[in-house]
Amino acid sequence: MTAITSTVPAAADGARNLTRTLLVGFLVLAAALPFLVGKSGFISNFTFLQLSLMIVYAIAVLGLNLLTGFNGQISLGHGAFFAVGAYTAAILIEQFGVNYWLTLPAAAILCFVIGYLFGLPALRLEGHYLALATFGLAIAVPQMLKYKHLEPLTNGVMGINLLKPDAPFGLPLSGDQWMYLVVLIVAVGMFWMARNLLNSRPGRAMVAIRDHTLAAGTMGIDTSRYKATVFGISALYVGIAGALHAIIFEFVSPDSFRFELSIAILVGAVVGGVASLPGAVIGGVFVQFIEKYADAMTKKLTQAIHLPLELQPWTLYGITLIVLIYVMPGGIAGGLAALWARLRRPPQGG
Amino acid sequence: MAPLLEISGLKAYYGATEALHGLSFTLAQGGITTLLGANGAGKTTTLRAISGLVRREGSIVFDGRPIERMATEDITRLGVAHVPEGRGTFVGLSVEENLKIASYGRRDKSGVKRDLDLVFTYFPRLKERIAQQAGTLSGGEQQMLAISRALMLGPRLMLLDEPSFGLAPLIVQEIFHIMRRINEEAGVSMLLVEQNAALALNLAENAYVLETGTVVMSGPSAELKNDEGIRKSYLGY
Repeated sequence: MTAITSTVPAAADGARNLTRTLLVGFLVLAAALPFLVGKSGFISNFTFLQLSLMIVYAIAVLGLNLLTGFNGQISLGHGAFFAVGAYTAAILIEQFGVNYWLTLPAAAILCFVIGYLFGLPALRLEGHYLALATFGLAIAVPQMLKYKHLEPLTNGVMGINLLKPDAPFGLPLSGDQWMYLVVLIVAVGMFWMARNLLNSRPGRAMVAIRDHTLAAGTMGIDTSRYKATVFGISALYVGIAGALHAIIFEFVSPDSFRFELSIAILVGAVVGGVASLPGAVIGGVFVQFIEKYADAMTKKLTQAIHLPLELQPWTLYGITLIVLIYVMPGGIAGGLAALWARLRRPPQGG
Repeated sequence: MAPLLEISGLKAYYGATEALHGLSFTLAQGGITTLLGANGAGKTTTLRAISGLVRREGSIVFDGRPIERMATEDITRLGVAHVPEGRGTFVGLSVEENLKIASYGRRDKSGVKRDLDLVFTYFPRLKERIAQQAGTLSGGEQQMLAISRALMLGPRLMLLDEPSFGLAPLIVQEIFHIMRRINEEAGVSMLLVEQNAALALNLAENAYVLETGTVVMSGPSAELKNDEGIRKSYLGY
């Protein structure tokens, strides 16, 4: 397989090198963070958990991004794959004593297979119809987890409690700090793989199918097989995110994965910027941060500016969403890129 | 010489609706044939049926091989290249990536390079735009890209769906001139669907006139050009 080389001006090359250096530096710093903080308590375990959750959601948003942003298939049901991944990890750890590392490939394989099989009939559906079919998935899966005959495995509505793994090799890290590191490493691997996929021929075929399915077919691309496979890969990403979520959150229950989760992942993808890898990171931060803090921030805001009316918890979230979509229709990543391009371009007369 | 494409009793469906009602025609080896007809006559559907993009029945024989049950990507591999209506540009990819998508699955790097060079001899303008995002090309350039992309498949038959659509007359002339060159120099046969009948009859040797899913008239272009009914209905004089 050969990479397509295109002539890139030297300036763009320089900018790319700078971006890479900054990215590597940032990641090294992020990885060193738990070691620097140690047991000083300067950054609380709770904060590490929050950071881990952001990264987990970033992986999930990336998964949906591959499907929606790069392949043009909409899903309102990816929370279902998140749930399957989470329960796979929880059941394997709790019932079978499997090492938590091994639950990740298990969740990945299972979700890929389910995603692929769901993707096959979904080939007949497009746009709104696909959205509705996947929405059905999001509704059905939490209910299926409550199914009586599955109770010995799933523990029904009670859910499954887990214990967070300790740091290995006597590392001076708390459980939350260690899992933050694990999640970070997995995420870097997943993003790296996604980038390589998108820069490969199959990746360009994915984009071609998104841009013009019929024309992609006439170029000799097996569009059906591709779409189903991308559905599987997308589910795989979300499944791994789900498994990590179960391990760091130490709990799974059917109600943790209601259809709001599917919507949250989609909102994260759109707000971050579809068809953008940095957008997936921003989306993950948005899902965790804005959703979880919208409530508290709404209250604070109400007090701070002495609003005469009482804002309901989700008001700020809704307003943020509306403003973002109007101001940055390409998502935050797209908006920043446009802003950057404008700043770099010398002002033109007239 | 046996015809390159032989179609008989071709029916095609959109859902439950039958759009072609038993179409029959042949296309000579190395020739250019055009399908004429008003909107909704079934021209685009005929091309799509040949490429396997719609559900179809009947017999389609390409180069002695029945293809009516084959999938689009396999038909493409046999050497049938479809230039879709509206150009079908992959707007998110660069010009080069658009061109190389056709060589997907090809292992011979030098062959791809050779084909790319050949394409640029026909459309030098695309070479200048090679790194440009395809969505930012002009309409004419996108049509050139669509034909080039089909050419990258190394086809024996090109199905061209309204290559003149929405383009300025000068650009259309340029593109039709290059199409003739591709036909003569690369030996690519062509099945051309056009609204612009005068243009199509000038390029093609043979023509078939479709009306609501059936062939109502056929013959050499020169004869049809002089037919009074054709002149009134399609040429407008």
